[in-house]
Amino acid sequence: MTMTTNKAPSRLDRFRDSFVWYSFKRDRTAQLCLAVFLCLVVAAFSAPLLAPTDPYDLRQIDIMASELPPFWIDGADEQYSLGTDAQGRDLWSIILYGTRVSLLIGFGAVILQALLGVTFGLMAGYLGGRVDAFLMRLADIQLSFSTLMVAIVVGAVVKATLGGAFYSQYAVLMLVLIIGLAEWPQYARTVRASVLAEKGKEYVDAARVMGLRSKRIMFRHVLPNTLSPIFVISTVQIANAIISEAALSFLGLGMPETHPSLGSLIKAGFDYIQSGSWWITLIPGAVLVVLVLSINLLGDWLRDVMNPRLYKG
Amino acid sequence: MIAFLIKRLMHAVLVMFVISVLAFAIQDNLGDPIQQMVGQSVPESERDALRERLGLNDPFMVQYVRFAKNAVQGDFGYSYFYREPALGVIARHLPATLELVFAATLIIVLLSVPIGVYSAIKPRSIISRFFMGASIIGISIPVFLTAIVLIQIFSIGITVSIFPESTGWGAWLNGFFSTQGNMPSFGRGYDLVHVVGHWDTNLATWNGLQHLVLPAISLASIMLPLFIRLIRAEMMEVLQSEYVKYARAKGISMRRVYFVHALKNTMLPVITVGGVQIGTMVAYTILTETVFQWPGMGLMFLDAINRADIPLIVAYLMIVGVIFVVTNTIVDLIYGFVNPTVKLTGKPA
Repeated sequence: MTMTTNKAPSRLDRFRDSFVWYSFKRDRTAQLCLAVFLCLVVAAFSAPLLAPTDPYDLRQIDIMASELPPFWIDGADEQYSLGTDAQGRDLWSIILYGTRVSLLIGFGAVILQALLGVTFGLMAGYLGGRVDAFLMRLADIQLSFSTLMVAIVVGAVVKATLGGAFYSQYAVLMLVLIIGLAEWPQYARTVRASVLAEKGKEYVDAARVMGLRSKRIMFRHVLPNTLSPIFVISTVQIANAIISEAALSFLGLGMPETHPSLGSLIKAGFDYIQSGSWWITLIPGAVLVVLVLSINLLGDWLRDVMNPRLYKG
Repeated sequence: MIAFLIKRLMHAVLVMFVISVLAFAIQDNLGDPIQQMVGQSVPESERDALRERLGLNDPFMVQYVRFAKNAVQGDFGYSYFYREPALGVIARHLPATLELVFAATLIIVLLSVPIGVYSAIKPRSIISRFFMGASIIGISIPVFLTAIVLIQIFSIGITVSIFPESTGWGAWLNGFFSTQGNMPSFGRGYDLVHVVGHWDTNLATWNGLQHLVLPAISLASIMLPLFIRLIRAEMMEVLQSEYVKYARAKGISMRRVYFVHALKNTMLPVITVGGVQIGTMVAYTILTETVFQWPGMGLMFLDAINRADIPLIVAYLMIVGVIFVVTNTIVDLIYGFVNPTVKLTGKPA
């Protein structure tokens, strides 16, 4: 290939030649999962276009049309294809909007985790000594509790301190902060482990001899070589963050019912399951499972392909 | 070994110190205790006098030392809602949670070991593939959703009518996929047997066991896939090792190689991870107990949050902190004892 063209291969060409693309072309499961995931993301973020009603607009909600079943069950109204919830909101619309909220929080939390975790992991691995001991002790302590436990406790305390109304108003931001802060040690440990492996290599010594500052060596030279494990855990972390958000919302510590995520839809519907209206809780539940499952399967595939020696535990 | 022991204990004490400072800071910042104690009509001068008498004007550290002194003696103050010592309220709710965790652990151990070992021995068989697929689906379903689905199927019941009723087969299939739905899904039931102290058990009667089944399965569902995958991965690694090949070459029966030689070394990491995960289950009990209204610590904690019952919240945090720290320390010590190759100066990197 280099024989026929003189110019250096572009990033796209390099990607086409890569092993990741090669194995993606041969893996039906990965293709299906990516397709499902992208469909969900696109549908969720174009919710205002796709949804027949705006569930945040109180004027479009008809309380008389509450608890209508989805279209395949007798007594359904064709105006509402997946039925309506207990407040008379169109379930299809509210699920689209809810998925958008869940995805936003999931991605936001993972970006925050990655920023904190990568920075701390690089510092711990590269600088070593006291910084390393302090940061890893902190990560140990936090990981010895389950991340969900940390998130629940922090959420509860923050909600009790700030008051319910204020918390609900900034719920998206709060959830991103809580889940982001609860799970950074995963990143920090993974990054630290691969930094320790990279640190002894000659290019790092060379960079140091050239007189580059630690910060530059860490972020410009070591970091790019630790990217593949970061990618792999990112997929799993997004799935975890979405589940954590759903769990917090289910406990009433997350999104308010006026602005629901998938978790708060499940919670709201659970109160009506005994009266036979299973679709209010189980349809959002199914969407949540499909979303998380597709991300998890993609993560599995990515781990097999990139095969980084992940931190076990 | 002694150095390792002391180091772990120091670590445990440090962690408990951090938790207690955090818990105290919460107590200090959440609301005004005077407001909780007296009515609207009490004048400001009385309030100030009470504040002074209770030592609420003292510096943070002085108050913290007082708090820590009481906490070590098990005194976390009175719960605002129950009007009794917070520790007593927790002690009353603890057995229900412990029974739930015990039942879930039993399910996990009884299922994950055989499934994990089987799918390591025969990784390509259809059954193994089914279990590996099922386990990733299991990881992707949040625990409260599993609980809701179980309630729908076994407690409310589902009626299937997608097959044509006119043919005999259709009717049979409809009947096969429909469920009665008579499992209890609410609370611990009426038939509890008193054992000792605060401990009433669900395990002694049929009614009690019936109430325990669905919550225990839900709680187990979150950990079971993790353990199956862990045991499978460890077992496959062990089966590659030299000593297993040697045992095989010596002509020892495969059953003996698998279950005596290989399984022993497989369970080593499983025990460590398992110990930590049992602590983690405490977090999931909050979710499970909320769905099933199981009157344990988790439900009590969530109620305490909704009622802003601060002494109870603080007491719960401290008790859960102790549970986590104790399980982690014990697990580390066991690992140090059973695996002499581990570096005793610190955690294996």
